[in-house]
Amino acid sequence: MSLYQTQKLLYLLNKDVQLQQSFLADHESVLADYKLTEEEHAALAKQDIGLLYILGVNGQILMHFAAMCGLAWPEYIQAMRDALVIHGNVRTGLYVTTDGKGAV
Amino acid sequence: MSLVFAGVCSHAPGITGRAHLADPDDKATLYSAFDDMRQALEDSKPDALIVIAAEHFANFFMNNMPAYCIGASDEYEGPIEDPQWLGIERRLIPGNPELSKRIIQSVLQDVDVAYAEEWKFDHGISVPLHFLTPKYDLDIIPVNINCQGPPLSPLHRAWAFGEALRKACDEAPERIAIVATGGISHWPATPDSGKINEAWDKAFLQRWCAGDKAAMLSYTDEEIWRDAGQGGFEIRAFIAISGATVGYTPRVHYYRPIPIFAVGCTTGWVDL
Repeated sequence: MSLYQTQKLLYLLNKDVQLQQSFLADHESVLADYKLTEEEHAALAKQDIGLLYILGVNGQILMHFAAMCGLAWPEYIQAMRDALVIHGNVRTGLYVTTDGKGAV
Repeated sequence: MSLVFAGVCSHAPGITGRAHLADPDDKATLYSAFDDMRQALEDSKPDALIVIAAEHFANFFMNNMPAYCIGASDEYEGPIEDPQWLGIERRLIPGNPELSKRIIQSVLQDVDVAYAEEWKFDHGISVPLHFLTPKYDLDIIPVNINCQGPPLSPLHRAWAFGEALRKACDEAPERIAIVATGGISHWPATPDSGKINEAWDKAFLQRWCAGDKAAMLSYTDEEIWRDAGQGGFEIRAFIAISGATVGYTPRVHYYRPIPIFAVGCTTGWVDL
């Protein structure tokens, strides 16, 4: 259920400029509204794109949060590849990697 | 009147957002293919354009996810993505709620489609419109098939949805065009981004060109995920076009795997 909560927050952040500003100014006040595990909470607070990917966040949601956090496309892809080395494969969901190598 | 144009094209955000990173020939040939498709669409003199896209959490989330949804607003805003990231300016796009509601009412005879009077376009619609209706002067009716958040609608229902859309178009006096957008094989927004299963794409497109219903509906979602990636679920959009154009000849006008765009870039339309 808490992956749902993580994705829900990211889904809303992607759509809502005001929420983005609140999150960037004081992420704890935004995170308090969501039932998250400690790991999810920390990943969101630290804007740890790689760990959010490993936790199972859908890439179509995560890529916009990555852009919001200032990651250029190659940096976003690299953050996920680095996280695979650190944490192992994605824990749940459709976005489990096949080989993590891609072409770009 | 009836359906005057039916086509398919890619909608990957990299096509506009990462165009500066692409090989010049890849970019030039794809953009030229989009120009040809725009010309064919314009030649059909449509009064409205239905865009069937697999959207990506711009409007719908797993709290209330429709398998199929049709927009019914007088205007839409898009793209929802950062305009600089996508390379497309945010703007208002005209809709036609009265025509939308007639189409929805007709489709409901066969498919329990949801409707939405609010809808923001993401790259799934904004990228195709950037090329196909660059003046944004054509009424757009957005359609979503959930290809992102499983459980997903079975492929045979995507076919039935296309058939229902065709019936709805046949009942309308307007000249209606449909464009379905999506990828074939791709692993978008993952560490595998840029991987493209060209052989799988070509086999699928062969089935699409042949209008081979049994072959197109024979894939399981497990097979699609394994061989064509998370983005492969979007073949539902292509299948809906097949359902809408039974008896006519579809042709692929452009196909080229372009890794920086993260998909085998495709345009095609049906000889109506």
